Amino acid sequence: MTTADLLLQQVINGLSLGAMYALLALGFTLVYGILELINFSHFNVFMLGSFVGLWTLQAMGISGQSVVLYGLPLVGVLLVAFAVVMLFSGVLGVVIERISLRPLRNVKGPAAMITTIGVSYILFNIILLVVGADSKNFPNPLPAVNFAIGGAVLRLRELLIWAVSLLLMATLYVFVQRSRLGKAMRATAQDAEAARMMGVEVDRVIVTAFFLGSALAGAGGLIFGLYYNFTSFIIGFTAGLRAFTAAVLGGIGNIPGAMVGGVLIGLIEAMGGQFIAVEWTDVIIFSILVLVLVFKPAGLFGTLVPNKS
Amino acid sequence: MSSNGAPSELMLEFKDVDTFYGDLHVLKQVNYTIGRGEIVSLLGGNASGKSTTMKTIMGVVRPARGTVTFDGQQIERLPTAERVRRGIAPVLEARRLFTRMTVFENLEMGAYTRKRGAEFDQDLERVYSLFPRVKERQAQVAGTLSGGEQQMVAIGRALMARPRLICMDEPSMGLSPLFVEQVFGIIQEINRQGTTIFMVEQNANMALSVAHRAYVLQTGQVVLSGTAAELRQNPSIREAYLGEMQVTV
Ligand SMILES: Nc1ncnc2c1ncn2[C@@H]1O[C@H](COP(=O)(O)OP(=O)(O)OP(=O)(O)O)[C@@H](O)[C@H]1O
Ligand SMILES: [Mg+2]
Repeated sequence: MTTADLLLQQVINGLSLGAMYALLALGFTLVYGILELINFSHFNVFMLGSFVGLWTLQAMGISGQSVVLYGLPLVGVLLVAFAVVMLFSGVLGVVIERISLRPLRNVKGPAAMITTIGVSYILFNIILLVVGADSKNFPNPLPAVNFAIGGAVLRLRELLIWAVSLLLMATLYVFVQRSRLGKAMRATAQDAEAARMMGVEVDRVIVTAFFLGSALAGAGGLIFGLYYNFTSFIIGFTAGLRAFTAAVLGGIGNIPGAMVGGVLIGLIEAMGGQFIAVEWTDVIIFSILVLVLVFKPAGLFGTLVPNKS
Repeated sequence: MSSNGAPSELMLEFKDVDTFYGDLHVLKQVNYTIGRGEIVSLLGGNASGKSTTMKTIMGVVRPARGTVTFDGQQIERLPTAERVRRGIAPVLEARRLFTRMTVFENLEMGAYTRKRGAEFDQDLERVYSLFPRVKERQAQVAGTLSGGEQQMVAIGRALMARPRLICMDEPSMGLSPLFVEQVFGIIQEINRQGTTIFMVEQNANMALSVAHRAYVLQTGQVVLSGTAAELRQNPSIREAYLGEMQVTV
């Protein structure tokens, strides 16, 4: 491979990782935008989503790498898997909010954030106890169709990941921009009290943010499994922290920012792994987090935190 | 309206209302009555509890004791959204527009509790005819408007709820004298079209020139009330303000 081919290959890889981080970053940003809360339970909603994806595929008779589907059955299986995972994760997010965060709604200080860390550990340990510590093979029903672009290889699974992520993000964007509830979400993020006095039921907006963010995280978890061909109880931390960095990089609270930030982090990870060294990936990514927080805390796209007086 | 200024048909009534923030007792046994079709002004210095009165009406703070009656029904336990649906809309202190949304989206948020349809279009027309400037700026992001334009949008946003009562918190705040006159002219116009107005003001002269009646609030207690004409004659009105200044400065 020439350097140009390597570069192209890492762009392809980076975009796939980036799509996954973007999906995950959106959940941080949606919730932060409204509650000014960093929701660490999001890490393991993603991880759990990946396991629910595994189990859903297995329930449909797809296990290991042996079952390969084509055409409609493939589309059907993927649709069912994404639908089940996103519904499960979305509801999980809503339950977490309802049980552990709503009672703390009016408590000032870090109580709510610390609670999300606790919830994260609970989810982490449940999966550790239920499925054990070893990583699980993730089925991949996609046929091994590869396209050569110069010396680089674009796999069918990458195209799938891009298409699904684009579709989900475009849907979210249109929802937030155009729908009545989406506008209420934006208004609440900017000035919750004023939104309330327009007649917005803020609790409904919060539930919506948790549902959407968690559903996207679940989709990200399924994508993780399809991309890496494994899943494990441990995957939430690294992916979660990278996605969180992506959200901060894009300007936490900023929806397009989270998407762009996710893609950037994915590209940085892929390029760093290729041209520097894989072991340095986290050093590079978290240095970015620190640099952004120190020099440009509002992120690349400016702050979108509430404009309270 | 009878000669003592008490309205004949009640729109809003506060009866012995006490409101707290934690241990801070802000409204103390407050009574107000606002009649259908009136402009009633609430005067008072900084921290006297004017905005708290507005928040108590809208339901973002709940009174510890006392009743708030709107249209003959007690509303002090109702959620804010229900109060908006029943016909109360706010023009908030310092405007509080959704600054990263467009002017049009801000107006849409004003109509949040109502269905989109013919009535929405009528109300939009009404806002645009009262404020041609708002129509020109409808696609602009609200945060980039001038203060005066923002105040027009804030009033327009309230009108989009098709309210029967508008609660305005210091509509003259931060506006040039000429613009203040314009805004008060429009407030009178809205009132003539049938909307009752309860208006917090620090600009007592302006407020008393458009209001039918007024209350004076001092550290959470109503210390004076009467028709605007009576209060304009009353020398202690200025004292009340000065008195409060000394308390708060
Ligand atoms: N959310 C809050 N929490 C605690 N105290 C509050 C809160 N809001 C207002 N207060 C306090 O209640 C008192 C009355 O406040 P309020 O905003 O009603 O005054 P105001 O009459 O509107 O004053 P201004 O003319 O400055 O707007 C003040 O002492 C204020 O500090
Ligand atoms: Mg005030």
